[in-house]
Amino acid sequence: MAMAGEKGRGRWFVIAVPYLWLLALFLAPFLIVFKISLSQDVVAQPPYAPTLDLAQGWAGFTEFLSGLSFANYGYVLDFSNEFLEAYGSSLIIASISTVLLLLVGYPIAYAMARAPRSIQPTLLMLVILPFWTSFLIRVYAWIGILSQEGLLNQALLALGVIDTPLEILNTNLAVYIGIVYSYLPFMVLPLYAALEKLDLTLLEAAADLGCPPAKAFWTITFPLSLPGVAAGALLCFIPAVGEFVIPDLLGGSDTLMIGKSLWTEFTVNRSWTVSSAVAVLLLLVLVIPIVVYQNIQQRELEAGK
Amino acid sequence: MRKGLTWFNITSIVLGFAFLYIPILLLVIYSFNASRLVTVWAGFSTQWYWALLENEQLMDAAWVTLRIAFFSSLVATVLGTMAALTLTRYGRFPGRTLFSGMIYAPLVMPEVITGLSLLLLFVAVNFDRGFWTVLLAHITFTMCFVAVVVQSRLVTFDRALEEAALDLGCPPFKTFFKITLPLILPAVVSGFMLAFTLSLDDLVIASFTTGPGATTLPMRIYSQVRLGVTPEINAVCTILIAIVTVVVIIASVMTKRAENQRQAEERAAMTG
Amino acid sequence: MAADKARKETIGAVRRSFAPWTDPTKTPLIRFENVVKRFGDFTAVDHVSLDIYEREFFALLGPSGCGKTTLMRMLAGFEEPTEGRLTLAGEDLAGVPPYRRPVNMMFQSYALFPHMNVEANIAFGLKQDKMGKGEIDARVEEMLKLVKLEKFAKRKPHQLSGGQRQRVALARSLAKRPKVLLLDEPLGALDKKLREETQFELMDLQMDLGMTFLIVTHDQEEAMTVADRIAVMNNGVLVQVAPPSVIYEQPASRYVADFIGEVNLIEGTITQASHDETRISSPVTRFPLVVAQTVACKAGDTACIAIRPEKLRIALEPPADPSENLFEGEIWDIGYLGDLSIYHVELACGQRIKVSQPNLSRMVARPISWDDKVWVTFAPHAGVVLT
Repeated sequence: MAMAGEKGRGRWFVIAVPYLWLLALFLAPFLIVFKISLSQDVVAQPPYAPTLDLAQGWAGFTEFLSGLSFANYGYVLDFSNEFLEAYGSSLIIASISTVLLLLVGYPIAYAMARAPRSIQPTLLMLVILPFWTSFLIRVYAWIGILSQEGLLNQALLALGVIDTPLEILNTNLAVYIGIVYSYLPFMVLPLYAALEKLDLTLLEAAADLGCPPAKAFWTITFPLSLPGVAAGALLCFIPAVGEFVIPDLLGGSDTLMIGKSLWTEFTVNRSWTVSSAVAVLLLLVLVIPIVVYQNIQQRELEAGK
Repeated sequence: MRKGLTWFNITSIVLGFAFLYIPILLLVIYSFNASRLVTVWAGFSTQWYWALLENEQLMDAAWVTLRIAFFSSLVATVLGTMAALTLTRYGRFPGRTLFSGMIYAPLVMPEVITGLSLLLLFVAVNFDRGFWTVLLAHITFTMCFVAVVVQSRLVTFDRALEEAALDLGCPPFKTFFKITLPLILPAVVSGFMLAFTLSLDDLVIASFTTGPGATTLPMRIYSQVRLGVTPEINAVCTILIAIVTVVVIIASVMTKRAENQRQAEERAAMTG
Repeated sequence: MAADKARKETIGAVRRSFAPWTDPTKTPLIRFENVVKRFGDFTAVDHVSLDIYEREFFALLGPSGCGKTTLMRMLAGFEEPTEGRLTLAGEDLAGVPPYRRPVNMMFQSYALFPHMNVEANIAFGLKQDKMGKGEIDARVEEMLKLVKLEKFAKRKPHQLSGGQRQRVALARSLAKRPKVLLLDEPLGALDKKLREETQFELMDLQMDLGMTFLIVTHDQEEAMTVADRIAVMNNGVLVQVAPPSVIYEQPASRYVADFIGEVNLIEGTITQASHDETRISSPVTRFPLVVAQTVACKAGDTACIAIRPEKLRIALEPPADPSENLFEGEIWDIGYLGDLSIYHVELACGQRIKVSQPNLSRMVARPISWDDKVWVTFAPHAGVVLT
């Protein structure tokens, strides 16, 4: 759609400003992370070597190149350090959370899509509303509930269900609860969007052809909602893998998650080079779901036309 | 087929919303507890709210956070809208794939990586960390969210409207402000609101990129939360929840009213 | 009443004699000279040369994707030709952006600005010209009166019916008094009855304003009704440019004959080609076929006769007039449409042809029924030979 007169300076201005911004503040930082991941820690400012000294010209550049090494990756991938375990446990925790989110989110989204049209916008708003309140606050709210002398234990003790308080806070269970709670809107919204579009006459047709409702659900409704399931699952899985706040506040000392390991490596061990290597590897782990997610996003946008 | 709700549906909704709202509700209730012990109810009191006013650290942090959120979302809205226009309007140009990659990637990028990489950039270029670095970081990651929100509106935008304006003698730049912008304004405003809350909410990226004198509210809350639950934090959280709730409800009531009015007018036109 | 009569007479006089394309002394208002438009590998418009004259109502007709819309959008300035030249009143339009061209367009979707009321929509183009407020108000009022929407000036587009929106779009595109008004499928969104009424209104409006209209449509009836001349397009190429009656009665090719209206194509071999008479023998009938037409072919060439269903007659008995062309066949199917009946007749060779007959009197019992043996006839001047 080349339009006469639209190819002017205005067009290039609109493209260039966000483009340059992202190059400088998204791509360049990431390249720096990659470069530092190939460097070594030194006691200096900045605390890594080699640094590129352009004043030395080509010699400086070759010296810089020869100074780079994959040593940090070896360190991160070494079984005796806990990083590999943290990657694995992050993926497991994220996967289990995603399944739990689907189990919790699907009935809610389904019920919302079947609710009378007049109350659907209200229900939708009620699902989105918690998302607008601070993430930190929502995680914090669970500390008071799940702790040893927290409200849940008090309630269960008072009801006589248990005799001694349950230890939930600072366990993986608390992390699951936290993730499911915080990410629920991200799961419900795409599911609802997919289920809401479903043409109810399809179910009438199925019933007319002799298919009982439960079977119609599995043969008609569920397959047609799969794009929503995929979008919701990826929308929850990807950030859950890199989650830091939830395992830090709700998890225990034995809860290993890679986001937390990276943070600890950076703030406690102060190794910039190792944390950079951890970041690069984390991104590699996420590349596949991110590409899948982008494709779905693109398809939805095109379908939206 | 039944469009109505079965008992199973109603139960799912009730349990789902209970799960979503009870934790927040408890937090709000206990912010009015007279006792310092969070788990023992000792009568109604607003003392923690008064205590907040005297907590200068917290007030400072709140002020810093609001300033960062306001200015970063303002810039992010402008940049994000430009990015959305680029993605939907300008067809192919060199580096388009890289550009759309850079728009989508931050949406799914773990915050720890975004934060770390920006910090390392600021160190590499010797930029003093503080208010400005957090501002730059927030603009960068929130502009992508704005871009996606605005883009989804632009793809459904009838380009014939812009062509009609050009055809009637209105140059492109003016067409954008007279036709396009007024019509995509709701999306731009929700992009702004999204950017604002994301900035208000952010702990990880701010923690990486901040420096002396620029402690944000989430950072302050976080450092106190790690020491345990206190009624003061409950009070802060309640205030934040109240603000957000009021704003969101007002916004949705306003859009609902506009929608109703439009429908009524349409009905009037059909019958009249 | 007297004014109406006077107006009718002038319009009638103009309409009867209007044919600037036959006058070599007239210079065209719009000239497409060898215009090509490619989108990547796809050629949307392929070497089109076309002249359109002042005060003409010109229609671009063709199936979707034939390039007619691209041709119009090049004139509006939304697309630049890849090759060739496009001039308006002698001025080359290359590089002139849409907002500086003295043409206005009525969009298929109407493209009314939803955040402005009817008045503001109509005034929009005038404001771009920095016209004075009083003048704008006067022009808007004039336009509202022209399209009979005075009472709706303050309404927003979504408060109007489809027909009213169409009128606002028309008023808005006419307000600037453009040299050419472009109409992109202007009546596509209206229902059939309203569309037919509006076609006649558009014709009168064009005549009254003395403007040049260029309409893009895929609806052949619409093009036939409103246009002085029609350009039939296919695959980016102009297939025929002629007044509606010529397009229908003397189609230049099988494509045009088939695209406009219903047609039966009878394949055959020319046995004799003389002045004003062409004889053809065809496997579909044992009788020789005669068409009153001079063709640039010789005996032995293959050709085909295009004959419209309404120009065929059907009877149970063979005709008395020996000059008529003749087929024998059997009724395969009958469609009763009320005003017409459509007969599908299977000829001896198996080819089926369509015959339509007006139902001149109230039908009580079918004079011709299924499986009847029938004679189908047509006069020598009723068909056209296509080569």
